[in-house]
Parts: sequence; C-alpha cells; structure tokens
Amino acid sequence: MADVIKKATRESYGEALRDLADEYKNLVVLDADLAAATKTGIFKKACPERFFDCGIAEANMMGVAAGLAACGKIPFASTFAMFAAGRAYEIVRNSIGYPHLNVKIGATHAGISVGEDGATHQCNEDIALMRTIPGMTIINPCDDVEAKAAVKAALDFNGPVYMRFGRLAVPVINDSETYKFELGKGVVLREGTDVTIVATGLMVNEAVEAAKTLEADGISAQVVNIHTIKPLDKELIAQCAEKTGLIVTAEEHSVIGGLGSAVAETVTEMYPVPVVKIGVNDEYGHSGPAVDLLKEFGLSAENIVKTVKESMNLKK
Amino acid sequence: MDASTKKNLQKIACNVRMGVIEGTYNAKSGHPGGSLSISDTLTYLYFNKMNVDPANPDDTGRDRLVLSKGHTAPALYSVLAQKGYFSADELKSLRHIGAMLQGHPCIHIPGVDMSSGSLGQGISAACGMALAGKLDGSSYKVYTILGDGEIEEGQVWEAAMFAAHYKLTNLVAIVDNNGLQIDGAITEVCSPEPITDKFAAFGWHVITMDAHDFDDIDRAFTEAESVTDKPVAIIQKSVKGKGVSFMENQVSWHGTAPNREQYDQAMAELNAQLKELEG
Repeated sequence: MADVIKKATRESYGEALRDLADEYKNLVVLDADLAAATKTGIFKKACPERFFDCGIAEANMMGVAAGLAACGKIPFASTFAMFAAGRAYEIVRNSIGYPHLNVKIGATHAGISVGEDGATHQCNEDIALMRTIPGMTIINPCDDVEAKAAVKAALDFNGPVYMRFGRLAVPVINDSETYKFELGKGVVLREGTDVTIVATGLMVNEAVEAAKTLEADGISAQVVNIHTIKPLDKELIAQCAEKTGLIVTAEEHSVIGGLGSAVAETVTEMYPVPVVKIGVNDEYGHSGPAVDLLKEFGLSAENIVKTVKESMNLKK
Repeated sequence: MDASTKKNLQKIACNVRMGVIEGTYNAKSGHPGGSLSISDTLTYLYFNKMNVDPANPDDTGRDRLVLSKGHTAPALYSVLAQKGYFSADELKSLRHIGAMLQGHPCIHIPGVDMSSGSLGQGISAACGMALAGKLDGSSYKVYTILGDGEIEEGQVWEAAMFAAHYKLTNLVAIVDNNGLQIDGAITEVCSPEPITDKFAAFGWHVITMDAHDFDDIDRAFTEAESVTDKPVAIIQKSVKGKGVSFMENQVSWHGTAPNREQYDQAMAELNAQLKELEG
C-alpha cells in the first residue's frame, strides 16, 4: 500500500482548468477570495487575464457567472461548497438554473473531510440542495483522474453543472491511461451477487476496500461508482437492485437528499428492494483531523462492511 | 434633443404605458406602479439609445438591458412589443397559463436579455455581461434598472464593488427612485438613502435625472457616455404610477391590477395624453 498516490480533487480541479485553458478560449475562472484553497490559483498563475477574483461575495459571483455565460463565456465559479450551494443557493437557482445558463460551479471543501475548520465549513447538504434545481447536473468525482475528466466533460456539456471536490488527499484509484468519463453513467467497479454498494466521491475507494473484506467473509459485493449524481444512471441502479436484492449507499454527505436518497427514490420506483444509507446522519460535524472524522462518522470501509453484514437479513 | 424626436418618444411612452395597463388588467395581477415610473427611460433606451435590432435579437454585438427590478416586466414587455420583438397582443395574455410573457422577465422571451425578478440579482448578471464585453473587446453597453427598494439587497453592493473594481465603464445602472416600496416609503421601511452618496462611495460616477423629462434623460445618458474611468449610476427621480392620475405616488399601486372601471379611466387618460401629443 506504500505506493498508493494520494491527491485532493481540489488540486485536480485547479490543474484541469490550467490544462484546458488553451483549448477552451471561452473558459474564464471566478473565485471568492479562496483561490489558494480552491486551487484556482493554479489557473490564475497560468492565465491571469481570464481569472477574476470577486472578493468575499459569493452571491454576486454567481450572478456575474450568469452574465458571462449569457454572453458566450464558460465561467467556472469557484468557492467552498458551503458558500456555493448554501449561501448562493437562490442565485444559483434563479440566475443560473432557471435561465439554464452554461455556468460551471466548482465547489471545493465539500463534506466532513474539511476537518479542523469544523461544522460551519463542513457542507453535507450541497448535493441535496443542488438536486432540487431543475436542469442542474451534479458531478462528485472519486479521485484525481475522474476529477480532471469531469472538468473536461463539464466544459463539453452545455448547461449548468455543479462539481464537488474535496480538501483531503485521497487515493488515486483510476488509471489515467485507460479511464473514460461518461456523463450520467455509473461505473461497475466490481461484480457481485449478494449486495450492491453504491458509492460516490471519496467513499468509492472505501467501498472497493469493503468489498474485498466482504469477499473474504463470504459475501459477494458489487461496487458501483456514481460520479454523476444528477442525472442519475437509473437503469444501472435498477439492474443492481434486481441482481443483488440489497443496496447499501455510501457518501460523504447527509443521508437526507444526497446519493442515498436519489438511489432510494429510483429503487422504489423501478425495482423495490431494501436500500440502506451510509452518510452523515442528520447532524453537524465538528473539528478534528479529516481522517479521524471520517472514521467517527462511519464514512469508512469498516463501517460499510459492518452495515452490509447487518443488512443482509433485510433481503427478501 | 430636437422637438420632433422628443414628441415621438413621448408618444411611444404613452403607448408603452397603455401596454402596462392592458397587461396588468388582463393578468388581474402584476406591478403597474413601478412599470409606469420606468416607462419613459425604457422608451428612451430602446428607441433613442440602445443598439438593438428586433430582427436579430441574439446579435452578439448588441447592447443589453437587464431589468433587475424584474417585477416591472409589463413595462419591458410593452416597450419590446412597441419595438417589434413580438405582437402587442401578447400583453393580453401576460401571466396566463401557457403564455409567452411570464410574470417576471424570462431569457427565452425575444428581446429579454436575462431572467430576473428575484431582487438584487440582475445587476450582478449585468456586471458579468459587461465583463464579457471587455474581455472580447466589444463595444456594446450594458444597462440595468434597479428599484430604490431593491438596493436594500446586499448583493447589489457586492455588485457595485465588483463593477468599480473591474472598471466596468460599459455598464450603466439606473436606480428608479420613486421613493416607494411594497411596505411604504423607502425612508420609512429601511432607508437606503443617501443613494447618490452610496454609489459614489463605491466608486461609481453618479448622475441624477428627472425620469419623466426626455431632455433631461438625454442629458443624463449623454453624460454617462462621456465617463471613461468608472461605471455609471443614474439615480432617476421618478413618480410611481406616472401618467395615470389615481396611481401616481400611491404605494397601493405597487402590486395591484386595475379593475374594469380603473382600466377604462387609465386608458382614457392615456389616450387623451396621446391625442394631445398628436394634436
């Protein structure tokens, strides 16, 4: 395990913007005084004439992005998830979503793995908020390779996209040589027959690790990576429900309104089987090292294993 | 401004006001008061200032207007209909189910440059449009109209700061200072005054203007064009409900539609004004 490369997806975001700047002349980047943290500073260094700091004023930043998009630019409005989806929700809804403008929102520092800054900055509600906006696409990449591919896919897609990135360095599990990103398509990482673990973001790696442990314990787990939470790959979810008869979801987000809710809604409509959700259980986080917080809040391979075992008797 | 140009604008403004009454009467809802206070300014912009072509509404080089005080959409729709973007008959189905003309401006309506209506947001979009123009080296201008109550929204001042910082000299923000908002006089609700000082302090070039005198409107927008180092704020002193006697300066006409009797009286007054101009 010593040779596992770890990288924060916010870093991937900044690098992808820089790498795509030449090819996409209409790409512009906005930030709200967090360029060093969101890593848009990497783009700023390479392309200062297309970088605009809006200051600590996220509402205006989202509106400026809307105006830029209305005039043919492809703005990436960047700040922490708390402020992008939380503070600026109504501007995103009315000035970006309703006119369906081609704005990309780069939301970093999502979830509990913000760590020491504590509850005010740990946004576990952003996916729920963004899911309610008609026409909003939501991408939550699991690693560096997927994050970079997601930025490119967002650029090639015409319409508003919310992209969720993390502060914590996470293992790079995809191969950049062979990886292909398809917007709206789930990825089966491992075939199994007893249960499907549907994961997103940094929980994808935990799900893969959990599946290995479960196999040793005689449980065959299928693992699905959902990078595009909206539109959700409903067909794949329904197929998994039919094949394994039990679904466990795993996300670094509230269990209310996120991936787990989206999967449960789909399963209920298309192929009802039990869905058990792992996520932040309707509570606030608190300060601490990210790795410890993830364990404490059950966002770990160990808890996936435990939850799967406890849920097996729910199968009909 | 020569006398015939002025008279022509006055006539068009009269027709725009009749469209406002027609629209809100048929909708049985909407905001006539603030629509009537911006009718002259919109008429001047669309018929004497802005580079726009109804036959080519998506021309990338066109001037843009964002109605940040989006609830006064009846005035915008009425001026767009007068300009030829769509038939004036559309005003009769304003706010109806299945109608093109939504209660607040929607970007998909021909001639409407931005969806707006949630107050405080339009000026930010206008900033983005102005910034895009600067980036492209394009010469188009961006106009945005705000309410004097609307500027109580904090986002307006975020945008004001941004526009001055990035020297958006292609941006003109017009504040419709009719002095009234839904809950009463702006000075009594939660005063945004002194408005001119605030914009000046935020780094804008500030001009005040009489919103119902085309000579003064022309003076103000001509001065605005001469400013080369700052965004321009035009604080227009206006009369809410202007042109319809019983609506003037009455806060109750902020968001109330005329009934049949009131519609007849308003149209009679506006028709009389038009006849006098034509006479």
